[in-house]
Amino acid sequence: MFVLAITLAIFLIVAGLLTYALIRYRHHNLETYNEPAQIYGSNQIELAWTVVPALIVVMLFLTSSRVILATQDSTKPADAVDVVVIGHQFWWEYRYPKLGIVTANELHIPISDPAHPTPTYLEMSSADVVHSFWVPRLAGKMDVIPNRVNTMWIDPPTPGLYLGQCNQFCGVQHAKMLLRVYADTPEAFAAWVAEQKKPAVEDPSVAEGREVFLHSACVNCHTVSGTMANGRFGPDLTHVASRDTIASGAVNNNADNMKKWIDDPSTFKPGALMPPMHLNEHDLNAVTAYMMSLH
Amino acid sequence: MSTIPITPEVADEPWVLPDKGTIGMACLIVAESAIFLIFVVAYIFYMGQSLGGPTPQQVLELPIFVTICLLSSSLTLHWSVAALRKSKIGAFTAWLAATFTLGTIFMVGTGMEWHHLIYVDGLTIRTNLFGTTFYSLVGLHATHVIVGLAMLLVALVFALTGHVKQEHAHRMDVLSLYWHFVDAVWIVVFTVVYVLGR
Amino acid sequence: MADFVTSLPSLEAIDATPAQKPRRLMTEILYDWVTTVDHKKIGLMYIGYALLFMVAGGIEALIMRIQLAVPHNTFVSPEVFNRMFTMHGTTMVFFMGMPILFGFGNYLIPLMIGARDMAFPRLNAFSFWISALGGLLLYYSFIGGSGLYGAGTAPDVGWFAYAPLTAKAFSPGHSTDYWTISILLSGIGSIGTALNIVATIISMRCPGMKLSRMPLLPWLYLVLSNMVFITVSPLTAAQIMLMFDRYLGSHFFDTQAGGSAVLWIHFFWIFGHPEVYILVMPAFAFMNEIIPVFSRKAIFGYPAMVAASVGIGFVSMSVWAHHMFTVGMGAGANVFFVLSSMVVAIPTGIKIFNWLATIWGGKVRFATPMMFSVGFLFQFLIAGLTGVMLAAAPFDWQLHNSYFVVAHFHYVLVGGILFAFFAAFYYWYPKVTGRMMSERLGKWHFWLMVIGFHMTFDFMHIPGILGMPRRVYTYEPRPGWEALNLIVSIGALFQAVAILLFVINLIRSNYKGEIAGNDPWDAWTLEWSVTSPPPVYNFATTPVVYSRRPLWDIKHPEDPDWNYE
Ligand code: HEA
Ligand code: HEA
Ligand code: HEC
Ligand code: CUA
Ligand SMILES: [Cu+2]
Repeated sequence: MFVLAITLAIFLIVAGLLTYALIRYRHHNLETYNEPAQIYGSNQIELAWTVVPALIVVMLFLTSSRVILATQDSTKPADAVDVVVIGHQFWWEYRYPKLGIVTANELHIPISDPAHPTPTYLEMSSADVVHSFWVPRLAGKMDVIPNRVNTMWIDPPTPGLYLGQCNQFCGVQHAKMLLRVYADTPEAFAAWVAEQKKPAVEDPSVAEGREVFLHSACVNCHTVSGTMANGRFGPDLTHVASRDTIASGAVNNNADNMKKWIDDPSTFKPGALMPPMHLNEHDLNAVTAYMMSLH
Repeated sequence: MSTIPITPEVADEPWVLPDKGTIGMACLIVAESAIFLIFVVAYIFYMGQSLGGPTPQQVLELPIFVTICLLSSSLTLHWSVAALRKSKIGAFTAWLAATFTLGTIFMVGTGMEWHHLIYVDGLTIRTNLFGTTFYSLVGLHATHVIVGLAMLLVALVFALTGHVKQEHAHRMDVLSLYWHFVDAVWIVVFTVVYVLGR
Repeated sequence: MADFVTSLPSLEAIDATPAQKPRRLMTEILYDWVTTVDHKKIGLMYIGYALLFMVAGGIEALIMRIQLAVPHNTFVSPEVFNRMFTMHGTTMVFFMGMPILFGFGNYLIPLMIGARDMAFPRLNAFSFWISALGGLLLYYSFIGGSGLYGAGTAPDVGWFAYAPLTAKAFSPGHSTDYWTISILLSGIGSIGTALNIVATIISMRCPGMKLSRMPLLPWLYLVLSNMVFITVSPLTAAQIMLMFDRYLGSHFFDTQAGGSAVLWIHFFWIFGHPEVYILVMPAFAFMNEIIPVFSRKAIFGYPAMVAASVGIGFVSMSVWAHHMFTVGMGAGANVFFVLSSMVVAIPTGIKIFNWLATIWGGKVRFATPMMFSVGFLFQFLIAGLTGVMLAAAPFDWQLHNSYFVVAHFHYVLVGGILFAFFAAFYYWYPKVTGRMMSERLGKWHFWLMVIGFHMTFDFMHIPGILGMPRRVYTYEPRPGWEALNLIVSIGALFQAVAILLFVINLIRSNYKGEIAGNDPWDAWTLEWSVTSPPPVYNFATTPVVYSRRPLWDIKHPEDPDWNYE
């Protein structure tokens, strides 16, 4: 804000002077024309407009540096929540090492009471190309780079859904690599954690869909805990039905969209790295039902 | 403006400007240095970062002999141009031929080194980061040596056919500037790759 | 005033060139241009070629703006959108900005320093053709990007092409190869021309033109050419590495083999930031020539202007990582780059204030070149200030890669550089063709451009602050985003109309324009002492100068400049 005020002030002053000069010294009549006095420079004035901006620069620099140091060199409290964020081409993987949870695309964190801060520390890396994690209302952004771990922390004080999106061009569907961060009250967060820790639901009514799933290529790319499906190329599906959206926030999570997605991901996200699975209508319905049962 | 009606009273100082060939070559050298700098930075950045072997310690040997050849070729070229300036065409040609030979020995040495690395040690540009940075940095330098050799050869042919006169000393100056630069770069490459890098 | 100079004896001698040239065959003319080594013709080819690419890049921008006008638009597919911004950015920077800059440089520098040609005419032609080949290859990728059967592809990795997205694994096909090679070629061309410019300026000045008497335009070109050596070369090196990665399977930027993505990011911006200063230097240069002439005053603080330019050249080499505040550098590095980036504001400010002081107390004539210059002054001021905001790293953590950044750099590139180029076109067109450009069309062009520019790029700041990232082919309908994006897109149409008028003006005035004479603006530098268009040999006799404004001395023998310098 300070920076904004200073730059605004500079703009007003300089633009004002410029306008004044242009109006005051404009000249239309070329007939009664003689050259104005020639002035070649003035050391005092020039010195003045070197020194004054220099002072402003020093001021701006000091304020910026203070914020940088306060943000980057802050110490991590003991009860911080740790999340490992892994960027993938067009979706996000979240791992909670202390809690033993793996999920995707929708990040749940506890709110942080300013009196007893429980900030969330994100350790970020990428499985493929450079991405960037940006949820404007939570914090600035941080790039997510392969072969490198970047750390940032967030501590929203109020519960709610915070939207964001990948901020570094990462390929065809960079635009739909959306971010959803749910800041929960401590109770709601604890409930969510308990739910996520359970193994995948085994609902007998969708056993057929489960069979189809386990016998198609899905298992090469997706994990459903407690089954032979342990692929890591795509999002973990153990609790996919508990999420509000699928395909990294691209569409709402409901049976209809799920079916369209499995049939052909490019209806929502052309260029997504999940191939169309070419299941027949019957199998497709069965797998969809199975997916929707995975609460 | 030779017809400017009035001119200020200035002493008629002689109007001499630097030679454009030399300036041009100096610019080229600055630009080339920047290219080499980036390759050297990449080499240093990836030193010891390879995920697999072979490592420089295992396969690189100090190329002392060819280095001496290359560095002394700077000297011979210097003498050659000096001779040309004194209009001693015979000495000029002889020193030029010596320069060319020394440069060629250097290239042959590099070729033998690469042959050994590829076929005996199994290090190619794809093997690991060391291979990647080694071949590109040394290769970039070798490319410059080859370009230099080509130009020396042209000069040599002209010299042997008797086309080079004293007034061409100027052009030989520009060429020797390039050759000295290539030699200087070798000192950097040698230090980084064969001394620090091992 | 104009006929005053014509009355000089030596100039009459030149005027004696035959008025009616015999008609020649089309192929002869073509042959003439293709084989020419004349700096003026090469300059014009550079400019013409840059204009073509400006229209191409502009059409790509229009396609993007149509796609983004409303949320969830399906005007183009995501793949095509990604190609559009990559091609737009690459085209505008490497094949519009650089050639137009070298075009003006080629044309004007020998004339302004009283030389008959560039130092190395054949190298000059070579540099032009190699750059032209680069541009051609870039656009050929539309056809050749995936081989013949994958028709219709083009590079889609963004103009800074972060690794490892450019690796074979993530960008199969050949489109990225076309991108690297075309930039490599354009880089070689740039280095060649820059070398030529330095050698010309150092070694070919006419008698009496000490460096301290040289007009500011050659001075700025001297600075920017030296920057080209130090900054375009690293890009060339990085492109060579990328090519090795893609063709030979090396691992410079291959993260699977331990390579580093951040290395590319550094290499690119070591080039990228000074590059934007290379682009803005000629804009400064044009202002330095145009503002004094239309204010009827000598430039205020010539030595300070030179020092500031050199200063900007040096400082701009050390600021590159302000594009990298979010890659996770340490606090120390961030703080350093905040400081160095902000320091650029000081010499740039000196320039702004000196122009202001030049206008102050003058008699300002608002012809079209001056109007564009005034546009430049205001817009560059705002652009620079948003730049300083971005240089404050905590701001940048929010705004990096958002539409705020896009707005910032278009403010400089369009509001600053493009406006300055337009000013230069109106100013030197009479010299090049012998005819004036239409003032009426020029005013239309100016006002439409101003309206379009501000509609587009003023409103673009806000979605950025609201969290809209760049390089997205579509967006969710969120409050504020929709209306603003629509305004932005409409503004782009205004700009298109304006530029269309400009192109019409360029062509029409060549036939219908008022005859200009040698010195229509009553200016002071040497190029205005020769006929319009200048003869092949430029100067019949080598001029001799005694001050920074040789023509002022002629026009005002009672009060020549050398009394003050
Ligand atoms: C010609 C082009 C040009 C110019 C001149 C500038 C000038 C400046 N730019 Fe800009 N910039 C770009 C082109 C340019 N930029 C481009 C293309 C990008 C994006 C690339 C990409 O990501 O694709 C970019 C991005 C960019 C970023 C990165 C944003 C991001 O991606 O997160 C930053 C951050 O620091 C920045 C800062 C600056 C600064 C501090 C200046 C300064 O030089 C401005 C100095 C001028 C003034 C300040 C005004 C006049 C001064 C005064 C009146 C004196 C008083 C003022 C003070 C004391 C403050 N620019
Ligand atoms: C000098 C450089 C320059 C110039 C002049 C421009 C000019 C314009 N730019 Fe560009 N732009 C860049 C450099 C430039 N840009 C760069 C470097 C990027 C980053 C790319 C990247 O992210 O990789 C970018 C990115 C960029 C984006 C962001 C894309 C994204 O991130 O998703 C947008 C979006 O609005 C945009 C718009 C425009 C518009 C509307 C203009 C307008 O000013 C254009 C006006 C011109 C025309 C409209 C052409 C007019 C002529 C005609 C139409 C004639 C008609 C003729 C016939 C029909 C035959 N540009
Ligand atoms: C080649 C790998 C691959 C195969 C095979 C595959 N998927 Fe996927 N899947 C992905 C990827 C990658 C994504 C993430 C796409 C994105 O969001 O861009 C994904 C996303 C999903 C999602 C959305 C998850 C979420 O949280 O948003 C569901 C559901 C899904 N896949 C189900 C299936 C089913 C069912 C099958 C088999 C019939 C299948 N996938 C086969 C790679 C695969
Ligand atoms: Cu991931 Cu953009
Ligand atoms: Cu920059």
